[in-house]
Order: sequence, then C-alpha cells, then structure tokens
Amino acid sequence: METTLGQPTVSAILFFLAFVAVSLLITYWAARRTRTTTEYYAAARSVTAFQNGLALAGDYMSAASFLGIAGLVALKGYDGMIYATGWLVGWPVLLFLIAEPLRNLGKYTFADVLAYRLENRPVRVAAAVGGILTVIFYTIAQMVGAGNLIKLMFGIPYEAAVIIVGLVMLVYVLFGGMIATTWVQIIKACLLLGGVTLLMLLGMAQFGFNPGKLYAAVAAKYGQAALEPGGLITNPLDAVSLGLALMFGLLGLPHILMRFYTVPDAKAARKSIAWATGFIGYFYCIIPLVGFSAAVLVGREVIAQIDKGGNMAAPLLAELLGGTPFLGFIAAVAFATILAVVAGLTLAGASALSHDIYVNVVKGGHANEREQVRVARIATLVVGILAILLGILFKGQNVAFMVGLAFAVACSANFPALLLSITWRRFSTAGATASILVGAVMATLLIVLSPTVWVEILNNPAPIFPLKNPAIVSMTASFVVAFVVSLLVPDKKAEAEFEMQKIRTYLAVGAE
Amino acid sequence: MIRSIKEIEKAPEFKRLVTSRWVMATILTLLVFITYYGFIIMVGVARDTMALRVGPVTTLGIPVAVLVIVISFILTLVYVVWANARYDRLVATINEKLEE
Repeated sequence: METTLGQPTVSAILFFLAFVAVSLLITYWAARRTRTTTEYYAAARSVTAFQNGLALAGDYMSAASFLGIAGLVALKGYDGMIYATGWLVGWPVLLFLIAEPLRNLGKYTFADVLAYRLENRPVRVAAAVGGILTVIFYTIAQMVGAGNLIKLMFGIPYEAAVIIVGLVMLVYVLFGGMIATTWVQIIKACLLLGGVTLLMLLGMAQFGFNPGKLYAAVAAKYGQAALEPGGLITNPLDAVSLGLALMFGLLGLPHILMRFYTVPDAKAARKSIAWATGFIGYFYCIIPLVGFSAAVLVGREVIAQIDKGGNMAAPLLAELLGGTPFLGFIAAVAFATILAVVAGLTLAGASALSHDIYVNVVKGGHANEREQVRVARIATLVVGILAILLGILFKGQNVAFMVGLAFAVACSANFPALLLSITWRRFSTAGATASILVGAVMATLLIVLSPTVWVEILNNPAPIFPLKNPAIVSMTASFVVAFVVSLLVPDKKAEAEFEMQKIRTYLAVGAE
Repeated sequence: MIRSIKEIEKAPEFKRLVTSRWVMATILTLLVFITYYGFIIMVGVARDTMALRVGPVTTLGIPVAVLVIVISFILTLVYVVWANARYDRLVATINEKLEE
C-alpha cells in the first residue's frame, strides 16, 4: 500500500497545530490561576472525580500502550492481548491499598506520607531518590519513543522532535502547573479514546461489526496460531515477575500518585479510580481489535517493513480506512499522548526536587509561598531540560527495557515503603530508608544482569540473572529489608505517632 | 462514648472501621490476584486449554483476556459502592460522636 507516513502532510500539521494552540490557550488561562504551591502542584485540589479519572487515564496511557500494543497484536496476535491485561490490573489494587490513605495523609508528593511520622530528612531523601529514578527511566523511554515516532510520522529529524516535545511540554508545566497539566491530560484522554474508538469502528465495519468474522479473517490469513498464546509466556515465573512489576509499579509511580492530591477529598480520589479503570479498561479491550484489523487489512509485511516493532500498525490502518486526513489526526493524537505523559512526569520530578529536597530537606520546611513556587518552577525547568538532553543522549539506543526498569524501581523502592508506612505501626525511619535504597539498587542492578540488558543490549551469551523483570526478587527483598531493619532499629517516636496517623488515615481528620 | 481525638483510636467503632476496610481491601486484592495471576499462569502451563476453540476460530483465551479486564473493573466498582455506602457512613457516625 502507498503511504504518506513519514511526510509532513497538511492535515497532520493542522491537527497538531490545533492541539498545541488549544493547549497553549488553556495554559494561558491556567497560568493566571497558578500562584500558590497548592495551585502549582495540586490544581488547588479543585479537580472533580470524573475529571481526575480522565486525567489519570491521560497520564497513564502512553504512546507505547496505544501504538505498541496495537502493533504487538498485529504482528504477534494473541500475545499482545495478554500483555495488554497487565497494564490494567494495577488500578483496582491501587484503589484497595493506597489511594485513599495517600490522599488523607499527604500534601503534594508520596514522600509526604512517609514523612508524616518518620524522620523527615532521611525518608524524604530516600523517597526522592526512588521517585526521581522512576521518573528519569520513564522519561527516557518516553522521549526516545517521541523522537522516533514523530520522525516516522512527520518526517522531521529526531533531535528536532525531542526538542519540540520538550519545549511545548515545558510551557504547559512551567506556566500552568498542575492545572494546565490536568487539562492537557484530559483533552489527550478524550482525543485518544475518541480516535481509537473511531479507528476500531472503521475497522470493524469491514467485518460487519462481528469480532468472530475478524478472527476468522485473521486465522485465514495467518493461521490459527495468531489467536493462540505464542512465545510471550514461556516461563510462568518470568510472566508473574513482569506482572508484579506492572501491577505494583503503578502503586509507586510518582506522577500517578500525585494526581490524587488534585481532588478535594479521599472520596473523590476513590471515585476517580473507578472512572480511570473504566476508561483504561475500555481502551485495552478495543485496542486488540485495532491490531487484528490492521493485521488483516494492512498486512503484517507492510507494517513490519515500516517499523520492525509494529508501532505503525494503527496509523497505517487509519490511513487505509480514513485517508490522509485521518492519518494526520491519529498522528496528532500520538503526539498529544506523548506530551501529556511527559508533562505529568516532569511535574512529578520537579515536585520531588523542590518540595521534598529543597523545601523540606534543605530549608527544613521553612520557605514562604513565593519562594516555594519560584523553586518549583526552577526545578521544572531543570527536569524539562534534563528530559530533552536525555532524549538526545539516548538516540538510537534500544530503550524498551527502560519502561520495565521504571516499573521495577517503582514497585521495589517506592511501593513497599508507602504501604508499610500506612499500615505497620513499627515501621521505622531506618527501615523505610533501607528498604527504598535496597529496592532501587536491586531493581536496577538485576535488570542490567537480566536477559533484557545483559544479553540483548550488551550482547553477552548468557544472562547472570535469569528473569527478564526482577520485581519478584527485588520487591520481596525490599519488604524483607523493611521488616528486618525496622525491628533492629526501632523508632519510638514514629510508633507513638501511629495512632494520630490512623485517625487521619481513616477519618480524614486534619487532611489537607 | 468518645470524648477526645485521643480516645477515638481505642473506640470499638473505630477498630471496626479499620478492620472492615482492610478485610474488604484484602479480599478484593486477592480476587484480582486470582484473576490475573491465574490467567497468566494458565497461559504458561495450560496453553492448550487457552487455545481451545469456543467458536469457529475464536480461542478460549480471547474471552478470558477480556474477562480479566472486565472483572478488574467490576471489583473496582464493588469497592467504590461499598465504601460510598458503608465506610463513609461509619466514618460519619464516629465523627458525630466526636462532636457531641
């Protein structure tokens, strides 16, 4: 098939400019409402549950889940569906274990929860290390993906694409803070859900809106194997370890956790997860239909020829069914998707630097409102420029493992400390600090020694650590260290304050 | 009778509140675990079962994968409905007693 992919078409540029224009207008509007720290980090806690549900979906659904999973289904068939389920199952667990206590105990970052009764400086530094590592690994994956995708779709050079994404995102976050970030994420979620729904409907129309007919066409073209489990899960232990990383990693992603401070109370936080789970679940239910339609209508050879990983399956299907204008729309949606995720990540990284490290560690909590907002903006600038530089530095590298690494660090460093500080009276400062650092170091080290990096990237013949994702080992280690160190080095002051913390956790007495 | 903030923690109502919250959370988390890890372990060890046909070509694995997502969403709703109705009412009762 003839494709205009890789050329900057008029429609793609128009849709993209329209998105940027609308989002910059919102940023201008938001900037006038962003003067205090609560406005900058938490949108003045004025976001409704429904809006936050959409924004959470916009914060979470990356270009990798849109283009990547459609491509995986198109090229590998059923395995792509197995992979998609892993991205959803963390949401109910986030609701059951973390969301409401986090909302009641914290202010702007997840480190606030740890610092509620544990000693401020050590736990803030440790939590900021875990949080910033997670953000950096995730950002590298997003920025390199952004450069490659935009180059593929618009034909502009890699570096230019990375710089455009970085600068536009910086304008949102720098001037509009969380208010602008929230609205960019809401608009992106609507565009993504709407665009993929339309693509799915156009695809299904070719099969009389009958999934059975679509599957029959897939089986006729690629054999029954396309609808059966393939090579994704060969070792159940490996699959469970990856599943643990995806599920509990979500519970330690700083940019997701931060969103719960934007709603008025725990009840709204709770409801916003139900909305988010609905939107994200719907998305992962329809995206395989897009992938299968692309396999039949576009063909695996054509998809793989343009991009080995299959990332262009959805855009090619869009072009085939809706012509160049629809391709332009889908390309702009992919661009918006990346922008919204990177904006959330940048704000989370900046809040760890400014709120946790500068205000609470360096200044011991004594900084006035003006200084705090100024430092938050400087931190945003630092993180944004770092994101652009990392994107350029990692050009041409295979960074697929970075997402796995971000989730491994999140579930091994951030999640155990967060859960135990909420639930375990005897959890101590030393225990928290040790568990975060051990979790972060083990997750990173084991991924380097695993097949994903040691064999595939460093080209060694055999891995030193057998599992592709280390979560099952590194997360367990983090919990064990937390228990042992807390019992060896107790914290009487923190134990005494647990009662007041419980009252705030469950009754929201004194919650901000 | 709860007379002060300090006494809440010792009150039986409060203990019941905390216990019910974590019993609910634990049961629902276990259900998510059984659904999701059950699914991927099944794919790993009983691939042939997942490849069984439930239609002319449709394999059992396809509806099961969709079901994993649908069940996750339903469990989320179960928790929200429970918390909106039961948990929030218990919290309100305790707070009322505190104000008296």
